[in-house]
This record gives sequence, structure tokens and C-alpha cells, in this order.
Amino acid sequence: MSDEIADLVIIGSGPAGMAAACEARSAGLSVVVLDEQQAIGGQIYRRVETAPSSLLEILGKDYTAGQKLIAEFRSSGARCIAGATVWNVTTEGVVNYVTDGHADEISGRFVLLASGAMERPFPIQGWTLPGVMGAGAGQIMLKGAGAVPAEPVILAGCGPLLYLLAWQYIRAGVKIAAVVDTTKRSALFSALRHFVGAVKGWRDLLKGIKLIAAIRRHGVPIYSGATDLAITGIVRAEGIDFKIAGKPQHVAASLVLLHQGVVPNTQLSWSTGAKHRWDDQQLCWQPETDANGRLGDSVIYVAGDSRGIVGANASAVQGRLAALAMARQLGHADTAARVRRLLASLQRYTHVRPFLDTLYRPQQKNRIPDDDVLVCRCEEVTAGQIRKYVELGCKGPNQTKAFGRCGMGPCQGRLCGLTVTEVIAQKREVDPSEVGYYRIRPPIKPILLGTFAE
Amino acid sequence: MTISFEGKNLEVPAGISVASALLAGGARDFRSSIVGNAPRAPYCMMGVCFECLLEIDGVPARQSCLITVRDGMKIKQQLGAPELEDINAGVNHE
Amino acid sequence: MSKEQLTVVGGGLVGAAIAYGAARKGAKVRVLDQGDAAFRASRGNFGLVWLSSKGGGMPRYARWTRDAIRQWPELHKELLEVTGVDSGLEQNGGFWLGFSEKEVEKRANLLAKIHDEVGDIPFQMMDHSELKQYLPGIGPKVVGGSFGAHDGHANPLMLLRALHAGLNEKGAEVITGADVVDLQHRENSGFIVTARDGQSWKSDRLVLAAGLGISKLAEKVGLYAPVTTTRGQVLITERLKPFIPYPTNKARQTQEGSVQIGSTSEDVGFDDRTTTDKIEWLAKRAVDTFPSLANARLVRAWGALRPLTPDGYPIYQASEACPGAYAVICHSGVTLASIHASAIGPWMSGLAEAPEEFETFRSERFLDPNASFTNDH
Repeated sequence: MSDEIADLVIIGSGPAGMAAACEARSAGLSVVVLDEQQAIGGQIYRRVETAPSSLLEILGKDYTAGQKLIAEFRSSGARCIAGATVWNVTTEGVVNYVTDGHADEISGRFVLLASGAMERPFPIQGWTLPGVMGAGAGQIMLKGAGAVPAEPVILAGCGPLLYLLAWQYIRAGVKIAAVVDTTKRSALFSALRHFVGAVKGWRDLLKGIKLIAAIRRHGVPIYSGATDLAITGIVRAEGIDFKIAGKPQHVAASLVLLHQGVVPNTQLSWSTGAKHRWDDQQLCWQPETDANGRLGDSVIYVAGDSRGIVGANASAVQGRLAALAMARQLGHADTAARVRRLLASLQRYTHVRPFLDTLYRPQQKNRIPDDDVLVCRCEEVTAGQIRKYVELGCKGPNQTKAFGRCGMGPCQGRLCGLTVTEVIAQKREVDPSEVGYYRIRPPIKPILLGTFAE
Repeated sequence: MTISFEGKNLEVPAGISVASALLAGGARDFRSSIVGNAPRAPYCMMGVCFECLLEIDGVPARQSCLITVRDGMKIKQQLGAPELEDINAGVNHE
Repeated sequence: MSKEQLTVVGGGLVGAAIAYGAARKGAKVRVLDQGDAAFRASRGNFGLVWLSSKGGGMPRYARWTRDAIRQWPELHKELLEVTGVDSGLEQNGGFWLGFSEKEVEKRANLLAKIHDEVGDIPFQMMDHSELKQYLPGIGPKVVGGSFGAHDGHANPLMLLRALHAGLNEKGAEVITGADVVDLQHRENSGFIVTARDGQSWKSDRLVLAAGLGISKLAEKVGLYAPVTTTRGQVLITERLKPFIPYPTNKARQTQEGSVQIGSTSEDVGFDDRTTTDKIEWLAKRAVDTFPSLANARLVRAWGALRPLTPDGYPIYQASEACPGAYAVICHSGVTLASIHASAIGPWMSGLAEAPEEFETFRSERFLDPNASFTNDH
């Protein structure tokens, strides 16, 4: 086992991680970046370095923008360890990880958690069937393998990624059977209440409207205001049932891509024992940090979407600000002007958030499902069973876990945690913040026992 | 390069994940769930959902969305719980 | 005549079993349990229903454990019938495995001593090849071990759930999220129990089964309840196809298929975190014991604080100053669950006498200024 020490150890090589690495290197810090994937860039800039130009064209300029940051990162002198599964981060800055079945350890004077986002679970009837995936998963296949579905596909849910993927698929020649949009018709008016965001977000909104118009122009049926989604099929997805204004509808397809926004990947921050708060706007947990992303008075910082969804550009700025805060503590004092500029751009990038969060707020029924829907995919626990445990006296997810194994499988609660919190909160008629979350402990990813054998 | 899934050879491009390669090749039956023996296939493609588990080169329950294809890779479905390599073989000779 | 109200403070394995035992005999029972983030020793229990080597320094404890083991099938069957929840009992025997001849010899001597003192606790020592007939997966580092035909295991989490479901069925009142901070005794009118949020309850009888939180509460009703804690770290694998047919002291495969590896016993105060060095140590030891575990994935590690008395044996104590109040401290909440339900519940609810020779378990044994204690056994 090596006893490497770096000024800064960064977990995750997406926009936040890469930008933090660049900034920290400019300030003279030694930096090591760990990423579970084989290529850097995170999910948003996955494989942008080596993607063929035909793919760059399909994916558009928000994707290609990643090339600039990656180029800066490549020349920054930060060391990058790819394919590294981080399984433990201590509050003292020790990071344990596994590469190629080999356990290793590195210590950082500071550690930055930049583990990004994951798609919000979409627990509806049939969501565990083969042929049902996240829209993000569809995009990952497009970015990572240039792979597109051969058969017609249904895109269902809400959020910018859904329309973007539809547009990218159209350009790639994929046949889209339908876009089933769950955005409520009234949501736009609620969203417009966020004046500042709405003004700034107008461009995003227009972009969205243009996208949808373009999708429609290509003859793709768009169902707006869809409710009561359920995947049909016994052993594979065969289509989707839903309602429009109370009227039952059905679209057939063997591939259904679901999406209702992304949420912070908080396993790492929870595992350090940090406090988290329930964000009612984004309907998810966020670690409590200071303005620079520091967790309590520890050596651990969080930046980017894993601290609260802000998008790629703002994530990069947060990464830089966190890096500068650490650099100051290591004696690099003159950062004031740089910080001011970064704060201004951070504000520019995040103005639109409340507007987007309100517009694309996922429907309650798609987050807090009926009794017969599986919530925990690993241990196959339904929403109804969790409600039963609440009736037996369970107050929170750790008790329902003990009673019914919900969250005990290999995904370690990632795909059920938010749902369980919200199901319990609804049943108890309390705020999710009162219900809490799983106690997350190392290993934060499953690791082979043989990793430790000599 | 060539990989095999359930004994059938598949030509796939280099540098992509096993899960992507199989899905693009039309595979849908990746594994069956442990509790309910229900069919499952990849869901997230980014390493969080553990639905893409496959037996790869003899090691059970590997996350195929995180593993890059290698020429000659032998891949099998992961049906139910993983079975650890049979180490009883030696015992019977004692 | 209205029935006497019994309040049990603590809804873990110990409190729930006693409460269930009282409720099923017809007592009016209320259980006050803490919330979601409580220490919960029950969740860190390794799950053995175990007799071998128990009570090496206290024959009464060996007999108590032996009786508990014998009563377990009845509790298991009853809970299954009443609640439909299977607490996962298997009593097909269990193994202790040793890595050195010296360790194995020490084990043989201990088991022989207990068998001589208490009687009827048979055991069988085995060498590597004998062990291999029962546990084909053991590795070469396992040099020998002992077999106890009476040993077995259960599922601590399902047992806890079954007891709570059973309490529900028997009409007991279970109040969760109640963090008890104060107790008052009123002459002739029983006890007043107060929680942190200001709620309070009246009760004729009171059982303190509050694990680590017991000492301060006990003082308030004239009970001496010295409690210390050990941290037990446990590793749990993904579910695997069955390959470890018997529970062992180092690893056991649960009915669901996951292998539970344990456990450490550390004196670290109120720190229930897991530590990298212990996770690695446990993982290595597990692979040394069953080499094929090298290919099994570790899904969870757990650190639980388990209550322990200074000599490691339980305390069952009635208050003399405040009649009707009792304290229980016990490390083996799974093994003793059956007898806590059958004997302790009825006793503490006033429906039966204390079990015979029970003064052995009184906490006064710790007040002897000349005595020294170790719970390292």
C-alpha cells in the first residue's frame, strides 16, 4: 500500500473536479484526481476527447464545450487515476480506493468530493423491466459508444435532458415512437413567479420551446401533461400506459427511456457523517457546506452537482472556488480578484435554477408511488411494504431497512433512498427532513473481499 | 474485436463498455433478480444501479457498464445470486 | 380490577422480548423506543443462537443460556404463527474455527471445564479434515475447531421485526421516537416516565432495557446498572448461493444468502463508526477461513455499540427502593430472546416469580470493592 500524500485529492473528473484541479494546480498545489470511469469528463463530457466528429455534431455545442476544460485539465499537471473505485473517505482526508482489484490509499491535505449527479429514480409500475432505462443512460450510450437504439423508442418524463436527447436521437436517425411529457400544464405559470430566473431563463425556455417544436416538426407525437404512467410488459417492456386529461392512452415500443431530472450523488458526503438538509425546491438531500463547499470544519469540500444541482458550468465554477479556498489555507493568499470574477459567473449560471426546478418539478406520483410499485430494486421491496413498516412504528429509513431489507442490496440505497424518505414522510405526514436518510457507511461501493488478501 | 455472450460471438468496437456492446448487439436478457427471479437489464449505465451485473471471464456479478470490452472476453448472464467458484473440487479427492 | 401497566424503556431485542413475554401473558404493556438514529445494538448483533463456551466463569449463566437455546424453537414457531415473520432460526449445530493449535487447545480446555461444571453441554473437537466434511469451503489456515450440536443462528433483524409485530398482535402499545430522559417514583402511585419532547406516561411497573442509555435512568429509581460498551464491526456480503452450511464464529451465511463476517470487539467508547483497518482485518480473516469469499463483494460494513456489564454477564435486577422497577443489561439479545420472553417478561410484569438462583445476576456483585472484573471471555 502506498502512502502517497497530495495537497488535494479530488474524487470525480467531471466539470467540478477538473476545474478544481486546474485552479489548484495554478495555485501550485499538488493534485490527484480519482475517477471510477476509464475516461475523464464525468457523465456530461463523457468521451468528448475522442468522440468522432459525426458524434460531436449530433451531441451539440454544450457537449463540445467540454473539450476546452479537458484540454486545460490535461495540461494542468494534475495526476489522474482512472478506473478507481473509491470506497472510503475519512474526515482526516484519507481516501481508500481499488484499481484493477488492488487496494490502495492516498491522503489529501484536502479532499474534494465531486461525484456529480445521478438520474432521479422514476419508480412506476414496470420500471424494473428490461427495456426500461434512464434517458441519461441512453445519452451515455450515445456518448460512450456512439450507440443508438435500433428500434423505436419512447421518451417519458420531464426535464431538459429528455427533450435534448429526443433532438439528438432525431439527428442520429433514431425513430421516436412518442415523447410522453409529464410537465404539468400549470407549471410554467408557477415557474414564471421566479422573476429573475425567468428573465435570465427565458433563453433556456425558448431553447426548450424550439427543441420541442423541432421534435414535433419531425413528426414525433408529443403527449403533454401525461399522468399515471405505467410500463406494460411481462418479461420485457412492451410500451407505456398513461393518461392525458384523465383519458387512457397507450404507446407501444420495446425501449422506454425515463427521466425526471437529476439529483446529487450524496453517498460520499453522507458517509463522512456530514449534515445534510432536505431541499424542497429540488426534492433531494444536499450536504450542508459553507460558501466554498466545506463540510463543517473538516478537510473535505464538495463542489458541483453532488452539492446541489447547478449544471456543468456552475459546477466548474464551484470547483474553482473550492480550490481557491483550500489554496488560501495552504498559504496562497492573493485570490480576491479571481474569487470576485468567479462569484459573478456563478451567479450568472445559477440564476435560472429556481425557474427550471419549478418548471420541471417531478410529479408527486412519479416520486411517491402506489403500494404495488417496487421501490427497492435490489431487495424488491414495494412502497406498500414500507408503509406497513411505518404502521409498525418505523420512523425513518434505517428502521424500514432493518425491518424489510430495503436499501440493503448492492446499489446501497442509491436507487431507493429518496423514494423511501418521501414515502415515509407522506405516510407519517411530516416533512422529509424529519424522516432523514440511510446511514451511509463505507464501503460506499461494493468491493471484493479478496482485494485485501495478500 | 470479438467477445462472446452466452456462447455466441459478437463483433464489437473497441473502447466501449460491455453493457453498451451487448445492448447495441440486441441483448436484453442480462440477469435475473435474486429475490423474485425477475428479468433485469441495465438501467443507469453509470455504475449506480447494479442492474447490469454479468459473469465476466469467470467472475460473477460484475458491473458491465463500468468494464471495457476486451478481445476474447467471455460473458454470461448472471442468474440469481452469484455462485462462488467451486472450491469443493479439491475436497472430494481427500 | 384494572390491570397493572408495565412500561418497558427500550424497544431493542432485549426490551421487545421482555415486553412480548409480558404481553402474551396478558399484561398491559407499553414500549418506549427511540427514533431512527438510535444506537441500536440489535442491528449489530451477529445473529448466533449460541451456547458453546458461554458461562466459563458463571455456571448459572451457562444453564440460563442452555435453557434459552432449548426454548428458542418454541418462540420461533410462535412468532411465525402470530406474525407471519420468520425469525430465521436454524439449530443444526455450529462451529468454532481456530487458526492455531494453541488456540484450539485452549478452546478444548474451556469447553471441557464448562461441560464438567454445568453438565449436558457436549462438544466435539475436530481437526482440519474432519471440519472439511461439514464445511467443505474452509481454507488450509483453519487447523481445527469445535462443534456444538446445540448451536445455531437466527436473523436478528427479522427477530426484532417479529417481536414488534407480535407486540402489535398482543395489544401492546409501542411508542417510537420516545427518548426517555426522566423517571420519577411516587409512593403508591407508581412511576412517571418523561421523554425529551415533554411527553410523559404513568406506569405501575417499569423495565429499563435501554442498553447504553440505562445507567442514568436506573439511578433515578434506585437501581445500580453499570454498563460499558464494546464496538462490534461486522461485514456483510452481497447475497450468494448457499455454500456455508453451518454458522461459525468467523462467518455465517444467512438465509437470504449474504455472508456475515464478524466481529470485532473494541473498547472505543461511544464511537460507532467503522474503521478501515478493522474492515481489512475482517475481510482477510474471512478469506483465510473460506478462500472463495475472495470473489464475494462486501456490500456493507457495520459498527454497532453493544452494551456489556463489567464482567460480561447479564444484570437482571429488581429495585428495592422503588418496587416495580427493574433493570436489564444483556449482551446476547438474540440467544436469550426466548427466555427473556418466557421468564423475564412474566417476572417483571408481576405475573410470575423470579427464576431460581437469580440473585447471581444482581448488580450488587459489582459493588464488592475487592473484586476485579473482566469481560474478555
